[in-house]
Amino acid sequence: MSELYEFDWSSIPGALPLLGKGLLITFEVTLTAIVVGIVWGTLLAIARISASKPLGFAAATYVNLFRSVPLVMVILWFYLIVPQVLKSIFGEGIADIRLASALCAFALFEAAYYSEIIRAGIQSVPRGQVSAAYALGLTHAQTMRLVILPQAFRNMLPLLLTQAIILFQDTSLVYVIGLSDFFGTAYKVGDRDGRLVELLLFAGLIYFIFCFSASQIVRRLQRRYAQ
Amino acid sequence: MISIRQVSKWYGSFQVLTECTTEIQKGEVIVVCGPSGSGKSTLIKCVNGLEPFQAGEIMLDGTSVGDAKTNLSKLRARVGMVFQHFELFPHMRIIDNLTLAQIRVLGRASEEARDKGLKLLERVGLKAHAEKFPGELSGGQQQRVAIARALCMDPIAMLFDEPTSALDPEMINEVLDVMVELASEGMTMMCVTHEMGFARKVAHRVIFMDQGRIVEDAAKDDFFGKPRSERAQLFLSKILQH
Repeated sequence: MSELYEFDWSSIPGALPLLGKGLLITFEVTLTAIVVGIVWGTLLAIARISASKPLGFAAATYVNLFRSVPLVMVILWFYLIVPQVLKSIFGEGIADIRLASALCAFALFEAAYYSEIIRAGIQSVPRGQVSAAYALGLTHAQTMRLVILPQAFRNMLPLLLTQAIILFQDTSLVYVIGLSDFFGTAYKVGDRDGRLVELLLFAGLIYFIFCFSASQIVRRLQRRYAQ
Repeated sequence: MISIRQVSKWYGSFQVLTECTTEIQKGEVIVVCGPSGSGKSTLIKCVNGLEPFQAGEIMLDGTSVGDAKTNLSKLRARVGMVFQHFELFPHMRIIDNLTLAQIRVLGRASEEARDKGLKLLERVGLKAHAEKFPGELSGGQQQRVAIARALCMDPIAMLFDEPTSALDPEMINEVLDVMVELASEGMTMMCVTHEMGFARKVAHRVIFMDQGRIVEDAAKDDFFGKPRSERAQLFLSKILQH
């Protein structure tokens, strides 16, 4: 005969320090991917719309490649490749090979997505702005940096934040390489204490709180820019 | 000052400019007119290299615009340009619009650039708006700021690409007044415009273009008195009717 499942949340309070550590890893991966992704993505976007054909082709290949492959596979590939590369550069003394490979994978993967958002943002700035900047004697690099990109980033801020929210959720995929991020830690604790359901519900709640709050901020930003 | 020789330009197989030739002396005011699609905006954008051209030569104060070895940014910094849609930088205050290129291109100190900017804003009657953003100003005010921004660079010549076509009628005169004043001070000017009143008042010569060619290039009085080409006569009779 079946009984109703009885929830037992008692293993959570004791696991909080461990879960906090996991949350820090999640944030570390997310923030690194955002920063590197936006910087590298901006360069890719500029290369893609540049007049140089080889540069545009190389950037397009990069973007299309990463956008056509599942993220889980990229994480696994990097876990197989990055340690070899790091060892050949630094020797055996790398502290956390899992984290290093996850950081690389997410940063390079996200750059492909960010570059498409940024490209659209750059193209949303009227052509005449480029002409006006050129006519004043600004170089191409100055025009991009001082005139076009500030306007482009303002236009695409909501999209960039939305992508960051998706990224925050996607970081949970690092469980495939056994990295103890927030989700991975919750899973391990639940497994250890036989309380998997409670731990995963709790983890889901935390993800929800962060993502929902962030999406509210995005909505508010959008409303402000719509005015 | 500006010499345009046999300039031709194609978009793919479509020819937009055909062997355009003219000369603009120092201190001269030239008005370029013609029906839309006649290539007048394209021609003026070739003068400072914003549009490339495939044949012919444009010399700007002794420097060849089309030469691959020419530093175009440096050359453009010496020529002011005013656009149909103003093209102020919307994310910067008016004063920062005026100082940006002075600081970044000419290497002026920010104090000096600011003084210069305020002086020119005063000249176009907008000093009180220095700390505002472009979006807070009317079209006519924005265009006067755009003229001041170009003048901040101490240009040797000014190019105007339909500076009043995007303006509401009641704002056209405030912009034309600034241009008339500039002309009377001896600025070398090339203006693409339909404002024939302005042309009559300050132009030395009028260039009429049609289908990518310079059809007529005449002294102002000759042009308004008795244009030689039929096409120019027709154009004038149409726009001067009212």
